[in-house]
Amino acid sequence: MTEFEPKIIAFVCNWCTYAGADLTGTSRIKYAQNVKIIRFPCTGRIDFMLLLKSFGEGADGIIVSGCHPNDCHYTSGNFHARRRWIMFRGLLDMLGIDVRRIQYSWVSAAEGSKWADIVNSTVNTIRELGPYTEYEKVAGYLEKEANQ
Amino acid sequence: MSELVKKAAALLESKLVQVVIGYGKGTGNRTRAIFATQVAECENLIFDSRCVQNLAVYLTKLEIKKLGKPAIVAPVPVLRSILQLAVENQIAESDLVILGITPESELIDFESFASIETFLSTHKIEIEEKYTKTIDAIKAMPVAERFAYWVKELEPCFKCYACRGACPLCYCTRCTVDDNQPQWISVASHPLGNLEWHIMRAMHLAGRCTDCEACYNACPMGIPIHLLTKSMLQDVADNFGSYGPSLDKQNTLSSFKPDDKESFIR
Repeated sequence: MTEFEPKIIAFVCNWCTYAGADLTGTSRIKYAQNVKIIRFPCTGRIDFMLLLKSFGEGADGIIVSGCHPNDCHYTSGNFHARRRWIMFRGLLDMLGIDVRRIQYSWVSAAEGSKWADIVNSTVNTIRELGPYTEYEKVAGYLEKEANQ
Repeated sequence: MSELVKKAAALLESKLVQVVIGYGKGTGNRTRAIFATQVAECENLIFDSRCVQNLAVYLTKLEIKKLGKPAIVAPVPVLRSILQLAVENQIAESDLVILGITPESELIDFESFASIETFLSTHKIEIEEKYTKTIDAIKAMPVAERFAYWVKELEPCFKCYACRGACPLCYCTRCTVDDNQPQWISVASHPLGNLEWHIMRAMHLAGRCTDCEACYNACPMGIPIHLLTKSMLQDVADNFGSYGPSLDKQNTLSSFKPDDKESFIR
């Protein structure tokens, strides 16, 4: 049996983390290949429904990353996002969705090595947690019924 | 409540309002919302402990707005919703007349939204101990068990949207769940769709919910969805100080402080 490779979706802001991830590449820093990066204008634009959709479509882990507080290109997008994440995380925890599978971080355009570090540590965490079978079971309910 | 009837009739007679939204006799031992547009209809107005529906939900409904300026029978939960709607600029003071009712079932007048806030400052939202205990017990479960618990609790949901219809704060004319390009949420009675629908509903009420339990009362399957909003109220209090509507405070998720504290962002 092949080793489990976590599928990780990263929602990142255009101005800081996306540029930071670019710097990781131009600095020739090697990091785990499990992550698929989706670029957003701002962390304030990252709707919580997108995170749910990722899990629903089979992601094992999620990274959400943007500008450090006070560095937002739009002044306050990340402050609003931070409040939303605090509330969203509390709700997910109440519902028993594993909050360890969502990593939030601030990565600036100058922090190429931090991005590599975030991705690597998240991949390790998810590797230890294993595939998100509980959620997959719920998401694949109809398919399972149809196959029986 | 003959006083209530008299007051409502006087308001209609003087043409200060065109409709009185209140409670009337329903089927069996239940009460239902009634909309009195004639003085004679005010006789049907009642108020007692069975009147738990949140009438504030009608203030933003187009069908009711068409009837003209309303007077609304408003016990404490309705007053809270009215204040929250005012915070969100959905209603103006001149839009309605409030027939306030205290917890002691006495009539009370409100000159302004500010006077409602003063009154509510002595009637704060309190989450009953039986609920805090249940929430604590759920949170104490191992994460997989908690997930299984909620998947099972949400299983009977067939998306009748009674929770949405009964909530005074779910006033969007177009809801995400009704979108099908793209379809955000599966509308079939499907475990994933059910989960996503209830997460979305709770998140859209985060920091706005006034804990009237109208959603839970309306649910034909008795799903404890009010536990989600109550748990979020606790989160608001733990992270941002206090909950409950206030005219000089923006909604929790519409505002921020540069030094908001969290412990999970790296």
